[in-house]
Amino acid sequence: MTDPLFEYLCRMGDNTLVLSHRVSEWCGVAPVLEEDIALANTALDLIGQTQLWLGLAGEIEGKGRDADTLAFRRDVWDFRNVLLAEQPNGDFGQTMMRQYLFDAWHLLQLKALKGSSNAQISAIAEKAVKEVTYHVERSGDTVIGLGDGTEESHQRMQKALDRLWPYVGELFVSDAVDQALSAKGIAPEPTSLREEYDTAVDAVLAEATLTRPDSDFAHQGGKTGVRHTEHLGHMLTEMQWLQRAYPDATW
Amino acid sequence: MSSPETSPYKGTEAADHGPARHNEWPLWEIFIRGQHGLSHRHVGSLHAPDAEMAIKNARDVYTRRNEGVSIWAVEADNIAASSPEEKGSLYEPSNAKVYRHPTFFDIPDEVGAM
Repeated sequence: MTDPLFEYLCRMGDNTLVLSHRVSEWCGVAPVLEEDIALANTALDLIGQTQLWLGLAGEIEGKGRDADTLAFRRDVWDFRNVLLAEQPNGDFGQTMMRQYLFDAWHLLQLKALKGSSNAQISAIAEKAVKEVTYHVERSGDTVIGLGDGTEESHQRMQKALDRLWPYVGELFVSDAVDQALSAKGIAPEPTSLREEYDTAVDAVLAEATLTRPDSDFAHQGGKTGVRHTEHLGHMLTEMQWLQRAYPDATW
Repeated sequence: MSSPETSPYKGTEAADHGPARHNEWPLWEIFIRGQHGLSHRHVGSLHAPDAEMAIKNARDVYTRRNEGVSIWAVEADNIAASSPEEKGSLYEPSNAKVYRHPTFFDIPDEVGAM
């Protein structure tokens, strides 16, 4: 098995990298100017966090790979992001629902990582938690506004929730990597965050007049890299196009 | 729902860009205080469905480069503005009152630059 710490840092960095790229796809085409800028800001926050996580991953690995190499020179099977992050944007409502479901977990995760026994991880979490506190406020407010909005927006948000809920469970699945790190006090057990997540999400969904799906069926395979959805490959061909066509190109 | 159309302030006319879009979010004027101790300064406007989102949008649109420590959002409808037609009676009378400028005092050299 590869070093669990490297694996874990790739999970954190790939989550923010892939989600950031997805969010950046709205740049210039969001429904209103203000949302366009806000989404771009979120994407940039996430890219900044990616540089820190993948930078540290490369350092830990010690094979001379930096954040850029990890981001642009790996293919689908080496990515360790959760499946939720790679889901397509859909309409604006689906994008904001995906964002909220991720942000709510991300905030709890980072708060826990602030107490990590690894000083570098704790420092990254300390910086990121401020950004993500705002992300979840904004995405949560938007989910409430659209869910409890018009008939059309409500119906679209419910559809988005039904579509994305099966990808939430993977955030809380624990495996050997998680267990190795939580034993050393480096990272929290994913399962330990579930209760607080459900409480927070239920409160927002209630205010948004949306119904959480009954089933807790969870698609899995993203954070282990075993089975990404088809969407990630398509996204990477765009994101990595330049480095694939012109390796080591700089400007 | 943001658009280049300006909404009219009470008692004034908007620039002529055609009618505002149907169901457009209200226009908010944004004031930002750059540093503690300075006053809030008008930085621009934006559209938002309510006050809370106006603050959030202002944060995202106008403080991206660390410009501010405090944001005020005022719905444009609530701003009373002077009318351009009144400029004669409002401002011209002060043109001829040079004695209102404190330029007639001799300042001792010891005071230095003021």
